[in-house]
Amino acid sequence: MAVGTQYLAEQPKLRTSSMVLGAIAIAALLAAPFFFYPVMLMSVLCFALFACAFNLLIGYVGLLSFGHAAFFGGAAYFTAHAAKVWGWEPLSAILLGVAGAAAMGLVIGFVAIRRQGIYFAMITLALSQMFAFICLQVPFTHGEDGIQGVPRGYLLGILDLNQPLAMYYVTLAIFLFGFFAIWRIVHSPFGNILKAIRENEKRAVSLGYRVDRYKLGAFVMSAALAGLAGGTKAIVFQFATLTDVQWQMSGEVILMTLLGGIGTLIGPIVGAGLVIALQNYLAASDFPVLVLIGIIFVICVLLFRRGIVGEILEFTRRKSKSAA
Amino acid sequence: MSSAPLLEVRGLNAWYGESHVLHGVDLDIHEGETVTLLGRNGAGKTTTLRSIMGILRRREGVIRLRGEDLLRLPLHKVAQAGIGYVPEERGIFASLNVSENLMLPPTVSEGGMSVEEIYTLFPNLYERRSSQGTKLSGGEQQMLAIARVLRTGAKIILLDEPTEGLAPVIVQRIGDVLVALKKRGMTILLVEQNFRFAKKVADRFYLMEDGRMVNSFPGHELDARMDELHEVLGV
Amino acid sequence: MSTIFGVPAPALYGQILIGLINGSFYAMLSLGLAVIFGLLRVINFAHGAQYMLGAFAAYLILNYAGIGYWPALILAPLIVGAIAVVIERFMLSRLYGIDPLYGLLLTFGLALILEGAFRYWFGAAGQPYAAPSQLTGAVNLGFMFMPIYRGWVVIASLVVCLGTWLLIEKTQLGAYLRAATENATLVQAFGVNVPLLLTLTYGLGAALAAFAGVLAAPIYQVSPLMGSNLIIIVFAVVVVGGMGSILGAIVTGYMLGVLEGLTKVFYPEASSIVIFVIMAIVLLVRPAGLFGQEE
Repeated sequence: MAVGTQYLAEQPKLRTSSMVLGAIAIAALLAAPFFFYPVMLMSVLCFALFACAFNLLIGYVGLLSFGHAAFFGGAAYFTAHAAKVWGWEPLSAILLGVAGAAAMGLVIGFVAIRRQGIYFAMITLALSQMFAFICLQVPFTHGEDGIQGVPRGYLLGILDLNQPLAMYYVTLAIFLFGFFAIWRIVHSPFGNILKAIRENEKRAVSLGYRVDRYKLGAFVMSAALAGLAGGTKAIVFQFATLTDVQWQMSGEVILMTLLGGIGTLIGPIVGAGLVIALQNYLAASDFPVLVLIGIIFVICVLLFRRGIVGEILEFTRRKSKSAA
Repeated sequence: MSSAPLLEVRGLNAWYGESHVLHGVDLDIHEGETVTLLGRNGAGKTTTLRSIMGILRRREGVIRLRGEDLLRLPLHKVAQAGIGYVPEERGIFASLNVSENLMLPPTVSEGGMSVEEIYTLFPNLYERRSSQGTKLSGGEQQMLAIARVLRTGAKIILLDEPTEGLAPVIVQRIGDVLVALKKRGMTILLVEQNFRFAKKVADRFYLMEDGRMVNSFPGHELDARMDELHEVLGV
Repeated sequence: MSTIFGVPAPALYGQILIGLINGSFYAMLSLGLAVIFGLLRVINFAHGAQYMLGAFAAYLILNYAGIGYWPALILAPLIVGAIAVVIERFMLSRLYGIDPLYGLLLTFGLALILEGAFRYWFGAAGQPYAAPSQLTGAVNLGFMFMPIYRGWVVIASLVVCLGTWLLIEKTQLGAYLRAATENATLVQAFGVNVPLLLTLTYGLGAALAAFAGVLAAPIYQVSPLMGSNLIIIVFAVVVVGGMGSILGAIVTGYMLGVLEGLTKVFYPEASSIVIFVIMAIVLLVRPAGLFGQEE
């Protein structure tokens, strides 16, 4: 059983009900800031998008990147620098972050897709660590301090993002844009070829597909979307630091996806919400976060590899199968 | 022969994943006997050997060696119960030289051939003892695969198509080796497509079709049954 | 004072020595990773944590039981090896036969637990661990002064690497291991207790990492973070060497250590990334690694 092969996209007959559920979810997200602390919600949205971007690669191409922090944190640096030092408008600063992450994705992906499976994971980890070392040394990232005090600014020169609600709805819009972009990619002919590659790479090659190009394409898209999440996070939290480029961050996004359900559309969102909530909760106690994250990893791998959403889907699938 | 069989298989069913490949196979081999399984490709001959060895894990039924139930044993205990296995693909290890390949299977009981005896029986192997195992010719690899299980003291050996793809002169040589082993009292379960080769060594034949035993007859009836066999085997 | 390519000779020799020492650790750790991966098909992410655990075991038995360096060189690998055996029996063995990425994720989780726990108990700062009195001081080699302990590390690691290589290439146990790496089912069908072999191999790999940890304790201090910083570099070393060959892992380890040392002399800014750059170049030129075979 390969990672992520358990789940293809949800069946088409569920489409009506999933549209209703989607509408309810969007309504809930629109109302959420009136019930929850907006900063925490925005944090969840940024990480949820990051996890969805990561899941695009593992869930639909079967490639485990252990270096996605480079794109997330790298974009955060680019966006923060553009907004603070060059005084760019926030959306264009975020787009610069996306472009930077995509360019990095092209370079790292070009090297990493030369090996598969376990090697791919090690190579992406090593290359992202190299990027983290570079970030520590080059002047524009300000080393251990990071880029602090990034102005949120005015969106398109009009909307004041220092208003918490305005910032929240912009973040939500960016998240929804990213999420639907992923949904489109997964359900496009391109996405179908990716799934074919994941199921049986040799067959895809023999059918004449330039498998490496498709993999690289998916890698760049995943990197760009991770960059969208990272750039947005830099504007929301007004800083970019080394934390976001280090391997622990790559580990966190893997955990979010694994916990929620690899290869499910909404699993990474559930996983991100849970992990962020847990971290916030633990921040008040003195229990070491790293230990807890490690324990969740071990439990997920040993007991429910499908993740929460994956297990629920499997359960309902079995139930409907036995009922039929 | 009225004594209890050395190896006794009763109602053996086996599955590759979801597909049911053996359907109630019965098989008896007495001490010192050489028994040959005949059948088309895909009839379940190799699967029968793999099921007896325990390489194929999903099985039901009875497999007994001298009364000991093999079905419940973990894979490595089956060989230790006294079975030697010569797989179809020969299973010579590339990262081991000839002598290491020969010494690989652990001794399972007293009475195996000594290394000197083996090298006397297979002088080629002695000459090439320091070569990488997979650098040997196909025939030499087959000799090595057989030699390897003779050392262990196994009471019965399972041989899967030892002559496949080999030149007639090598087939002849392997036939001589099997005759010599018979003389030493070795019990052999052979899977073979080559009638002429099998006739030389087999005391009894079993005929398999679609995962079932369809017939069994003594070795001397082979010639008389040729027409029937040609029909079943499609050769 | 003599210079080589404009660099003072003693500085050059000093960095080569440091490179050799780092290379010793790369070699020992990548060797263990390669042996474990060969047989278990698991990339042991916890390898760095097991190295750290080895150093801490030495530190703890010194401070709580007064047991010194020399016994620790034996005891720490035994302790860590025993823990690894339990991990293999109860966790890793459940993952055989499924996608190897799960083994990576499991051992990653274990690494986080170990690192987090030790950080919680001891803080992120390093604890000092003194070299044994027999190995303090320095010796004049004629062209440079070499601290005796550093020379010992290089020699000890060479002996351990060579010993492991001999164990694998020249003994019956090693023959089982090599054969099982090729075809574990057939080896087990011959009567070798392969599940036990897997357990022992994981224990041995972890014990090697712990031995390296004890050797490292007097040089780098004992810190909860010492393993995670190292393991990623070792991954790169393993990718460069290719995991097919034991000797390849050892040679690549020393070679990259020395190259890193030389980079510190000639272009210090790049010294922390040179191994990763080499990895990228090797992947572009020879994707299977220097000593690997295309699978």
